[in-house]
Amino acid sequence: MMTISRRKFLKTTVSASAALAAPGISTRYAFGSEDPIKVGSLLDQSGAIASSGVTMVTAMEQGIAEINDAGGLLGRPLKLIQYDTQSNIQLYSQYAQQLALKDRVDVVHGGITSASREAIRPTFDRFRVLYFYNVLYEGGVCDRDTFCTGTTPAQTVEKLVPYAMKKSGKKAYIIAADYNYGQITAKWMTKYMQDNGGEVLSVDFFPLDVTNFGPTISKIQEAKPDLILSALVGGNHVSFYRQWQSAGMKDQIPIASTTFGLVNEPSTVEAAVSQGIYGCYGYYEELDTPESKAFVEKLKKRWPQIPYISELTAATYEGLYLWAEGVKKAGSLDRMKVIEALETGVSYKGPSGEVKLDPATHHTVRNAYLAVVEDKKWNVLETFKAVPPSDTASVCDLLKNPADNQQYVIDIKA
Amino acid sequence: MDLAAILALNVVNGAASLFLLCLGLAIIFGMMRIINLAHGEFVMLGAYAAVISANAGVNIFVAMLVVAPLFVGLVGLVVERCLIRFLYGRLVDSMLATWGLSLLIVGLVTTIFGNTMQGVATPFGGFSIGAYRTSWYTLFLLAVALVMLVLIYAILRYTRFGLIARAVMQNPEMAAVLGVSPARIYMATFSLGAAVTGLAGGVLAPVSGITPVMGGAYVAKAFITVVGGGAAIISGTSSASALFGLVNQLGAYLTTPVYGEVVLFLAAIVLIRLLPQGISGRFFKGTI
Amino acid sequence: MNGPVKLTLQALAILAACVAVAVMPSYVDLFQLMQFTLFCSMAVLALSLGFIWGFGGILSFGQTAFFGLGAYAYAVTAINFQDSTPAILLAVLVPALFALALGYFVFYGRISDVYLGVITLTVTLILFNVFNSTAGDAYAIGSARLGGFNGMPAVPTFNMPFDPSSILFPEQSWYVTGGALIAVYLGLRLLLRSSFGRVAIAVRENETRAALLGYDPRLVKLLVFVVGGGVAGLAGALYVNWGAFVGPTIFALSLSAEIIIWICIGGLGTLIGPIVGCFLIEYLVSQIGTQQAFNANLVLGAILVVFVLLLPKGLVPTVRDLLLAAGRLARERNRRPAGEETHALPGGHPVGAE
Repeated sequence: MMTISRRKFLKTTVSASAALAAPGISTRYAFGSEDPIKVGSLLDQSGAIASSGVTMVTAMEQGIAEINDAGGLLGRPLKLIQYDTQSNIQLYSQYAQQLALKDRVDVVHGGITSASREAIRPTFDRFRVLYFYNVLYEGGVCDRDTFCTGTTPAQTVEKLVPYAMKKSGKKAYIIAADYNYGQITAKWMTKYMQDNGGEVLSVDFFPLDVTNFGPTISKIQEAKPDLILSALVGGNHVSFYRQWQSAGMKDQIPIASTTFGLVNEPSTVEAAVSQGIYGCYGYYEELDTPESKAFVEKLKKRWPQIPYISELTAATYEGLYLWAEGVKKAGSLDRMKVIEALETGVSYKGPSGEVKLDPATHHTVRNAYLAVVEDKKWNVLETFKAVPPSDTASVCDLLKNPADNQQYVIDIKA
Repeated sequence: MDLAAILALNVVNGAASLFLLCLGLAIIFGMMRIINLAHGEFVMLGAYAAVISANAGVNIFVAMLVVAPLFVGLVGLVVERCLIRFLYGRLVDSMLATWGLSLLIVGLVTTIFGNTMQGVATPFGGFSIGAYRTSWYTLFLLAVALVMLVLIYAILRYTRFGLIARAVMQNPEMAAVLGVSPARIYMATFSLGAAVTGLAGGVLAPVSGITPVMGGAYVAKAFITVVGGGAAIISGTSSASALFGLVNQLGAYLTTPVYGEVVLFLAAIVLIRLLPQGISGRFFKGTI
Repeated sequence: MNGPVKLTLQALAILAACVAVAVMPSYVDLFQLMQFTLFCSMAVLALSLGFIWGFGGILSFGQTAFFGLGAYAYAVTAINFQDSTPAILLAVLVPALFALALGYFVFYGRISDVYLGVITLTVTLILFNVFNSTAGDAYAIGSARLGGFNGMPAVPTFNMPFDPSSILFPEQSWYVTGGALIAVYLGLRLLLRSSFGRVAIAVRENETRAALLGYDPRLVKLLVFVVGGGVAGLAGALYVNWGAFVGPTIFALSLSAEIIIWICIGGLGTLIGPIVGCFLIEYLVSQIGTQQAFNANLVLGAILVVFVLLLPKGLVPTVRDLLLAAGRLARERNRRPAGEETHALPGGHPVGAE
């Protein structure tokens, strides 16, 4: 009942907006091939999430400049329209409407937190704008209009947990940020602990503004785990690692994290705090491949003080190129044609290695790297080639259900 | 037994940090009825001052205990001269202006130093109580809080400045008639409040994540504590910090940090409902 | 200005607003229309605080508590019933009842001034924490999952009353939202002209005197507070209708402070001021993000600080004073050739010295 009425609504809205769009389209083609292709981008350049957002904007600018230097796409130059969402969800919705209805962009890359993605995704579905989300997240988005190019828990947590268990022991204590990413990641951690014959002593969640971890550290000591699994997020939560080290726990119980180092934590906290923390991501600045080195050099030339180039930045860059590959293959900017071209399994060899779009989930098959912090830098220990997004694949098949557009909470059977 | 000791230490630590964070706000709010919404940003500036000077080679204790309060005190002086002095007696305008100020400071710091900051190491190591380990720094925070308590009390109680400041606080017109310039006292008090806040930022820097927006985590809690404490700066703020610190830390230990916060807020509501003048309005009337 | 003239002007202004709402869709494009829809729903929120603060003397730091509760009540009901009619009703009722309970607790405890501000602020923080920690599957009301920090996406938007299959187009949503703003403004105006409104202002001016005249200030304040809560809840429903999304950041301290800023900028003690302030600041914030030269916080902060120093009374009262002064000046000029020059020159009268 509901779906029918909504679909009807979508149809009418779209035809209404198409009628409104008509003058814009005709002028665009009247301008001929010199009229630029508009690439929309929504990233936080101020506020609490800016530390992630600003380097991602640099990657977007770099990618667009490169494509333009190489002659653009379909003979037309690209033009970046980036709005600073100021770490404010309401502005995400507002600018999403602006990109879709006023600027009439051909694609949007952006969104950082899952909350921001869920706020803007319906807007792009409704007004038929192709959308790329280039951030590692909890998985489960199943939407034909949306492509998610970052890693999901099945690609990273699955590798991280057994490795950390091997190095420490079978009893883990999980601490995570108290929102969806943390909650769902903690479930995956629990699953992989149990799959590998381990045991989870306790799972604690922390609001993003908690800065005093004293009671938690005492609680952890009381539980006596062999291993800490952390999915803490943001500047305030860095306090945990500092307080953990200052309590002298650092050398007693090792930490493995799915979030530490995503911004530039290893270089901002002192070596004693970060030494020996395990992580598993889709990209590190220290990665020793020609593509990675060239990428790092280019970004540092564009912005010499760039704090750190993490998976967020690399995936943003690769997301842009994957879209460009799709446009080339489709030979058109038409949204459906580009989606169909991308669904043929387009791939791109980027800084993190070969990245291939998975047609059924609109996620990526990509490399994952296990690393440990040594002297404020990541030392890559193991490389896992072409890891599929099997978590999302367990709930999502867009080839069978192309009309699907929700985010599934994956039922994790531990 | 060990557990009781470590829990007691956590509670004391929580209360001491809260007291340090609130003292500067209490001085400014208690004496001038200015709600300083840029309080959190003063904490952040103190942390930045400490971290930057420590990374530049200044001794960490000098950086935390001297550079941070001096710098933020100076900032306070400038802010008072350029902004706050036009807004005395205008509670709402002062809120609007200090909210603008907080955005301005965050914007400036971000523009100059970027979104992340190289931190400093925590001084001292850890020690054990039975099976539990904790850091000496916890005790250091407690010591700083106690010293500040005594120091501010002594300044307000025994110095000429303190006497005049209290007089101005009670009745600015009468003080002005007697030849004191309330404007100068306000200026000094605001600067003092800012300096104390800067010190709090400085000593919390080694155990916090340092970002331009870190102040946002403190302002609401500090404000609630100060109002819960009531008009008396020292007795009110210290008793409210002790109460809220206890409730928060025990709540966080027994359940989760989420409910630790919620319990703290509920305690504040009940407290203000029962004692509309704050703790000191009921139990420590007439004290400082 | 004398009474009848003022009344006529007000009636004309409202008529003009109605016409503006009616013809807007044929003059602006869809994006601008949706942006205006957002601004109007926020303006309803601004009115709710402008009313209780400017005319009831109640400074609430937590007006977003009612706004957010209204938004969540709307979202939960709309998802469960797939019909926005009961959802809008509940979006007004739930926050109004919450305001009744909280207001009883506060006003009958004779809490006022800054303590009231702290209690409302604290309630908002509690709601933020609670809704933020509802990320698990266990936190669902009927078929609506609360979703924690990520919030509730894809909430059904408004439909024709009792007809869930005909969902409103953006143009129709605009008529509803713009119409709601005018209706709320008119309703509050009429309320203020009623005897209850006059008693509320009397209580704001002097509680003791009002009490001695036989009115119960606690009850009056409570009723004002409940009306404000209900209006804020309606704003919450309008907001969700605009974005089809609600999340716990709706309770954030920054939004609470922003409402206060709208009112300070527009002018406290007026009803039109909060609307003007809201439109201005919302427009400004959305424009700041489209430029890359300066940090957004830096620009907004500087504007606020300069504003407080230059226009302390807010826009609407300042403009009104200027107009009144100009009117007086014109009258004096007209009178002068005929009469003697005994009046002091009104030009020497400082603006805003009342």
